[in-house]
Amino acid sequence: MTGWTRYIGHIVLVAVGLAAPFLFPNHQSQMAELWLFIVFALTWDLLGGQMGYNSFGNVVFIGVGMYTCALVQVGLIYSISDYNAARGGGGTVFTFDYTQYLEGLAVGLPAGAITGALAAIILGNFVLGMRGQYFAICTLGLGVAAAEIANGWEWIGAGSGMTAPNAPAEIDDISRFYYFFAFVLAIVTFVAITWLLRTRFGLAVNAIRDDEDKAEAMGLPTKRIKVIAWTISGLFLGIAGGILGNVKRFIDPIDVAFSGSTIGVWMVLMAILGGKGTLWGPVIGAIVFQITKELFWTYLLGWQRVALGLMIVLIVVFFPEGILGWVRERFPQLFGRRVQSRAEEGR
Amino acid sequence: MSDVLLQVTDVSKAFGGVQANRDISLTVPQGGIVGLIGPNGSGKTTLFSSIVGYHPIDSGSIRFAGEEISKLQVAQIARRGLLRTFQQTRIYANMDCVKNMLISRSLRRAKLTEFFAPQSNPADRERALELLEFVGLYSKRLLMAGDLSFGQQKLLELAMALMNGPRMLMLDEPTAGINPTLINGVIDRLKGANEQFGITLFVIEHNMRVIMNLAQQIYCLSHGQLLAAGTPDEVRNDPRVLDAYLGAQ
Ligand SMILES: Nc1ncnc2c1ncn2[C@@H]1O[C@H](COP(=O)(O)OP(=O)(O)OP(=O)(O)O)[C@@H](O)[C@H]1O
Ligand SMILES: [Mg+2]
Repeated sequence: MTGWTRYIGHIVLVAVGLAAPFLFPNHQSQMAELWLFIVFALTWDLLGGQMGYNSFGNVVFIGVGMYTCALVQVGLIYSISDYNAARGGGGTVFTFDYTQYLEGLAVGLPAGAITGALAAIILGNFVLGMRGQYFAICTLGLGVAAAEIANGWEWIGAGSGMTAPNAPAEIDDISRFYYFFAFVLAIVTFVAITWLLRTRFGLAVNAIRDDEDKAEAMGLPTKRIKVIAWTISGLFLGIAGGILGNVKRFIDPIDVAFSGSTIGVWMVLMAILGGKGTLWGPVIGAIVFQITKELFWTYLLGWQRVALGLMIVLIVVFFPEGILGWVRERFPQLFGRRVQSRAEEGR
Repeated sequence: MSDVLLQVTDVSKAFGGVQANRDISLTVPQGGIVGLIGPNGSGKTTLFSSIVGYHPIDSGSIRFAGEEISKLQVAQIARRGLLRTFQQTRIYANMDCVKNMLISRSLRRAKLTEFFAPQSNPADRERALELLEFVGLYSKRLLMAGDLSFGQQKLLELAMALMNGPRMLMLDEPTAGINPTLINGVIDRLKGANEQFGITLFVIEHNMRVIMNLAQQIYCLSHGQLLAAGTPDEVRNDPRVLDAYLGAQ
């Protein structure tokens, strides 16, 4: 593939992304979620696929970003304890006018990015010293612990959760509004990771995946590289969390914010389904996964979770290399992966 | 006598009950080629690992270019220009040879921001291809390193080490598993690295012909202790060395 043809995938993706909310106005929330899933899968794969560190704890950054964003949106205008205390139905109605609402997001989403990244730096310094399944299990614990903390913290609503601010009347189609936030974030994340994988940092991350001891013996600051990679994930996930909270409207600490058993596992599956360690794999995996999931939810009344579970097992057993992995094995040249040619052998 | 680059003094290391190294002292001069021999299990690899900080030593001192390094970490020591290759060859299996080379570039004065520069710049690329040519892997440059044969991986690992531009390179059995007809080529390349690039070499080798040919000075370990030291001729004719080898077989 040469010239502009190599950008066909990008062009199609952006075109479909721009047109979709107008073509399928009834599915805007699901499509917004899809763009966020792409962010989840891409950032998961930066560690899981490119660096060989399987994290089940990335939901922490989503949840941290989600709460941060909502708290900032509210806190800029009202007292957070009053707001959260009133959710059983107090006397006050908390309204946000257009400017207040936009300002809340303008501060809240970057704040989510910052706390997401900070959480990754702090946690990464503790757990990224571990390797292999020890790291994986530890991250699983992080997700559970974060959910429990949020579940018990009165100020942020504890077990009864927190509601994202009501949108002002000026925003007539709130689903479409957040669809475009999610769309832009996914594009930015994709571009950032594309760039990152082309830097020396990308090489270092791959080197850690292939042989961390060797990377260290060659002088690479492996721990720092690992923490930076997770921080980059945390940053994008923090913003994604902020958007997701507003898409979902209601932030439950266990089922929405730190949902290890749904989103936490799904992001891993999306990356595996599409092809771990490839740039497009997570994107393709997220699209296939979200469409299948929504079809299950629509047509398999009562059995959707069983079907999803079955699909997860089938993916892992029969498709461990994922869609792109499968294609790559059959057409290695498409991926710049050379196989030896006869002509070269004589050299 | 030239300057001492590496000075190991009374280094001991035990693994549980196994005394892998006992009070070992040796020196490697700047610009020299020094050999380390000894029967299987005599503690050669352990000594290398101790020097590069792979595990903490029990006692003793290790000085590189005048600086005590026995408390430093692996990557810190590597960034000071003291590099080792592994007995069990280690390369980045799922990256092609050129990428293996590019990421092996020296990090001695590198800042973190340099990691966000593009993967390859013309100078690095040129150097990587030159070195791949130097070890005879130019035609394999776009293959995944994991698809190379064992001997080729050994050569790639050497090229990666050279790419790093170390002051001193410690090689753990560089000719093990390499086709005998290629061994002379490896010896030439090691000598070339020493002469052209000025890299001090410290080499573990079981192949006597290789080490006698290569080294100016040889140390022999046995049961974790230093048994003999001297020029190749002295060591070759030392009855204790013969005993250690024959006794161990
Ligand atoms: N990590 C370890 N844990 C326990 N024992 C070890 C460890 N590494 C080495 N040993 C022991 O220390 C001794 C020296 O091993 P070492 O690998 O240094 O020998 P060597 O001289 O390199 O041998 P070879 O020529 O076979 O490579 C052996 O008895 C070995 O079993
Ligand atoms: Mg050994």
